[in-house]
Order: sequence, then structure tokens, then C-alpha cells
Amino acid sequence: MLLEVENLQTEFKVKRGTVKAVNNVSFGVEKGEILAIVGESGSGKSVSSLSIMGLIRNPGKVTGGKIMFHGENLVEKTKKEMNKIRGDKISMIFQEPMTSLNPVYKIGDQIMESILIHTDLSKAEARKTAIKMLDLVGIPSPEQRMEDYPHQMSGGMRQRVMIAMALSCNPEVLIADEPTTALDVTIQAQILELIDELRKKIGMAVLLITHDLGVVAETADRVVVMYCGRIVEQADVKDIFTKPLHPYTRGLLESIPLLEEDRDRLFMIKGVVPDPTKLPKGCSFADRCDNCMEKCKEHMPALVDVGGRKVRCFLHSDEEEIDV
Amino acid sequence: MAKKKALAANGAQVQEAVVIEKPESRFRAMWDTLKKNKAALFGLFVIIALVIIAIIGPFITPYAPNKQVMSEAYQGPSSTHWFGTDNLGRDIFSRIIVGTRVSLFVGVAAVAFSLLIGTVLGSISGYFGGKIDAIIMRIMDIMLSIPSILLAITLMAALGKGIDKAIIAIGVVSIPEYARIIRSSILSTKENDYVAAAKVIGNSDRRIIFHHIIPNVVSSIVVRATLGISTAILDTAALGFLGLGVKPPTAEWGDMLGRVRSMILVYPYMLIFPGLAITLAVLAFNLFGDGLRDALDPKSRS
Repeated sequence: MLLEVENLQTEFKVKRGTVKAVNNVSFGVEKGEILAIVGESGSGKSVSSLSIMGLIRNPGKVTGGKIMFHGENLVEKTKKEMNKIRGDKISMIFQEPMTSLNPVYKIGDQIMESILIHTDLSKAEARKTAIKMLDLVGIPSPEQRMEDYPHQMSGGMRQRVMIAMALSCNPEVLIADEPTTALDVTIQAQILELIDELRKKIGMAVLLITHDLGVVAETADRVVVMYCGRIVEQADVKDIFTKPLHPYTRGLLESIPLLEEDRDRLFMIKGVVPDPTKLPKGCSFADRCDNCMEKCKEHMPALVDVGGRKVRCFLHSDEEEIDV
Repeated sequence: MAKKKALAANGAQVQEAVVIEKPESRFRAMWDTLKKNKAALFGLFVIIALVIIAIIGPFITPYAPNKQVMSEAYQGPSSTHWFGTDNLGRDIFSRIIVGTRVSLFVGVAAVAFSLLIGTVLGSISGYFGGKIDAIIMRIMDIMLSIPSILLAITLMAALGKGIDKAIIAIGVVSIPEYARIIRSSILSTKENDYVAAAKVIGNSDRRIIFHHIIPNVVSSIVVRATLGISTAILDTAALGFLGLGVKPPTAEWGDMLGRVRSMILVYPYMLIFPGLAITLAVLAFNLFGDGLRDALDPKSRS
């Protein structure tokens, strides 16, 4: 594994108590692989990615686990060491292209910045690289676009610029936190195609954070499904879509509206996500689950291997999570 | 039908126009708004005039500003002495001209001083938050709890007379104000994704503050600083009036007021002209600062 997260714990201390935003989460991503992390708002997917980047701020804190990258634990790195890794070996793109670029600088300067920070290239060489990157992400007449300010570009263009920025130092891992959420569908497809193409070209690993299962089906190799800070299911993309094991994954899949279907009301998972400061004693999904058993309300099921994939549900194994 | 077509054509035209139009630069947009504000333009005009006077003033005075001619003391305004002479026979017009330099210099330098320190403190406070924020801001609160002129007087009494000391005294007094404004601007700006993006590409904290955040809050700083200069000029005059400003016989507006204040009923012109000079300078910076705020505030811009 190129990047491996082991038993990651990230907590936020809020007035009403402690929120375990990421609870005992483990996953890894190989070179050239796209791993999707799906889950609804508050499931801990963004916090996981921010933990990897070392961007968790007060009142949050990584309280346990390891993030192994090239045999080194990123959690133990100092600020300075992380600054060297960020943008160079691990990059990230955000979901809001409209606000992710600094309004007071030309986009060319913003792309050049990360090149100048991490390489010994001269300004002129960095400029050339930046133009090449803009060309790579499919921005027409890149040389002139270098002189544009962010407000002169559309959302899709800005997201391309963000990707150019993130890829300018040939990172080994790209974390894409909902890269297409703020874009319309045609641009979405272009951006995803671009990420997929670049992964093949430079062989980088991609961590795709999303709540859009359509995006997952199109691009990902493997999928991690998160709920309330825990991984509930982990499998190859094909298995997730053909035979989902966890009732939550099943619910998510059924929530996708189908064009050929004639339905008056859309399917939804009943109930709401529990208050993160007062998670139920047993399985976090128990209250919303159609297959809920007595046991589910009392005990947290463990994440167990089932035929090469993982699932956390008593329907598939009786094993309980020991350390809740 | 024809009407509809015309409308449609019209709509197409409008759209084309939008596409063709080049986005105007920030400075251009600001200047266009400022141009329409007559009061701000007047302020700007006066400021430019004051700056020119401050630079060339000492070379164009009709009389030596510190030369005492006792035989010509207590003269009212006339064609020989435009603003009259004071109790020591010095030409008031010349002294006001020369005093411009002191007032402007102290005003600008004091603001620069407090802006510099205020920016550093406010940035650290707003960016890092937590304990360091609490400590810095409580110190600022303590400074704010002392009336500013009282604090300035105390500092002057401790430091002694002189232009440089006046700058420090007036500058220190307004540090909390700048620190607070910068802090609040930083608090809201640092939540922007581009700050996170800057972190993600491996920038250090210092570079993020000074290279990525400060340029985005510069407009509010500029407005505050312009208004701050007027306060600083007023403070300078106040210190001068209390006899704590410049060393005599240096001409300074507030000092000119203070020395002849007992004669206000007999020789009012001795106080009116320096008073007018102070008022004009303060008014100019206030009007210009207000105009600048309107021009730089995107919410008031259509």
C-alpha cells in the first residue's frame, strides 16, 4: 500500500461533549488506484482526508492511529515536515472551486507558487511548468489564462485550475474532497474523466471523497462506506453495486432515482443520523435499519472479512467490536 | 409577434454585451465610485495640497517662522501679515505653513507605527486563536480601558518632548484599535477555502498570513488607516496644546493654540487660523476616508 490509514481516531471537543468524527478507521490506497469514500454529511469522510493532510484544527485532534506513507507515520510529523509533504507528495482539491482560489492573485502565480515552494526551479521554469499544467487539465490558450484573476473564470475552469495546482508537483496521492459537487453535470463528467486520465498518465493514487454514488460507479476501483465515523462496508466497486451487504449501503443504492422507474415518491432511508455526541450504545445505524435485531441495539458489530471484502453488520457475522 | 422578436433580439444583444465586456480591475472600479463622491474628492484635493505644502512649505514662507520681531507683535491680519502675528511678533501664516509638515508627518508616522504593530499582533491573534489570542486581546482591552489621551500624555511625560516621542506616544495609543480590526478581518478571511488550499500546497503559517490573508483584508486596513490619520493629527494637536508636543520654538498647530489660549478674547485671530488648519486637515482625511470606505466596500457598490 502506498498510503495506509490504520485505526485512525479523530475527535472534536465541543461544548456538549466529545465527537468521535473518525472512529477506528483503517483503509489503504495503492499506486494508480482510485479509492472512493462515501457517506452522508457528518459521516467522517472529510475529516479522514483532513487528518491525512494534517489539517485538523482546534477543537479537533487526531487522538489515535497511524497514517503510514512510505513507511513513515504522518501523524508524528512536525509542522515543517508536513509542509514539505503537502502539495509535493500528497495534494488535495476541494469541493468549492469558487472560493478555493485567492481572489487577489493571478491564477498563474497561484499555480507557480506550489512549484516554487517544492522545487528548485527558477521563476521562468516554474512558469513553463504551470502553463504545461494548465494545458494538461484542458484549459484553452493557457498562456493567456495565466494572467487571469479567479473572478474571470467559470466554476469548471476554476476547478481545473485547482487540479492543475494540486498536480503541479506530480503528487503520489491526490485527495479529492467532493471535487464535482459544486459543478453542473457536464462539467462533472469532464473533471472526473480528467482525474481518471491523469491517474493513468502519472500513476498517482486518488482518494475520492464523495456522497454521489454515480461518481463512484464511474471512476472508483474500491469503495469504503462510512457512517457516523466508522467504516460499515468496504469492497470492490462492482461488489458494492451488485451485492451490497450492509443495510446502509443497500439503502444508499436504493435512494438513487432511476429514469426508467415509475415512482411517485423517491426512496429514502427512514430516520435521521443520530446526534454525534450521543451515539447509541449498539450499532449506530440500528434505529434506521429495516433488519434491526435486539442485539444490534446493545452491541456494536465488528468490521469483519467476508469473502475478500469487509462489512460491519450482525447479519453477516456475530463478532462484536471489543473496544467501543 | 414583431415585438417579441425585437425583445428576443434585444436580449441577445444584452447577452453579447455581457460576454464582450472585460471585467474591470479593482482599482478602476474603486476610482469610478470615488469619482462620484464630491466630498471625498474635496478631501483628496486638500490632502494633496497639504502634502505639497508640507514638502515645499519651509521654502515658500514669507517670513522666517521662528523669527521674533517684537516691534510687530500683536498685529491683526493685514496685507503684510496675512494671518497676523503672535505675541512674540512671529508671522502666523508662515508658522502654519511650516507646521503642516509636523502635523502630517506625526499623523502618518504614528498611524504607520500602530498599523505595523497592530497588524502583527492582530494577525497572530486571529490566525492562531486559543491562548495566544486571549492573552494578546486582553492586553489590548487593558490598553483600551485607559482613555487614549491620558495614556498618550503619560507616555509623553515619561518619554519627554520631541516629534519622535509624539509619534511613539500617539502610535502606541491606537495599537489596540488596529489589532482588533485586523484580527476580526483575519478571523473571517481564514475560513476561506483558498487559505486551506494555500496550506495544502505546503505554505508556512507566516507566508499564509502575510501573502494570502493580509492582501485580502487590505481594503479595510486602508480605510481605517486613512481615518486614523485624522485622529492622529488631532491627538498631535492636543498634545501640543497641552505643551507636551514639540520642543519650542518649532511651529506646530496645537502648540500655537496652547501658547496663546489666554488671549482668545483679545486676539481671537491668533487661535482661529491654527484652529482652522487643524479642522481642515482632519476634515480632509475624514471625508476621504469615508469615501474610500464606500468605494472599497463591495456591498455598497452596485
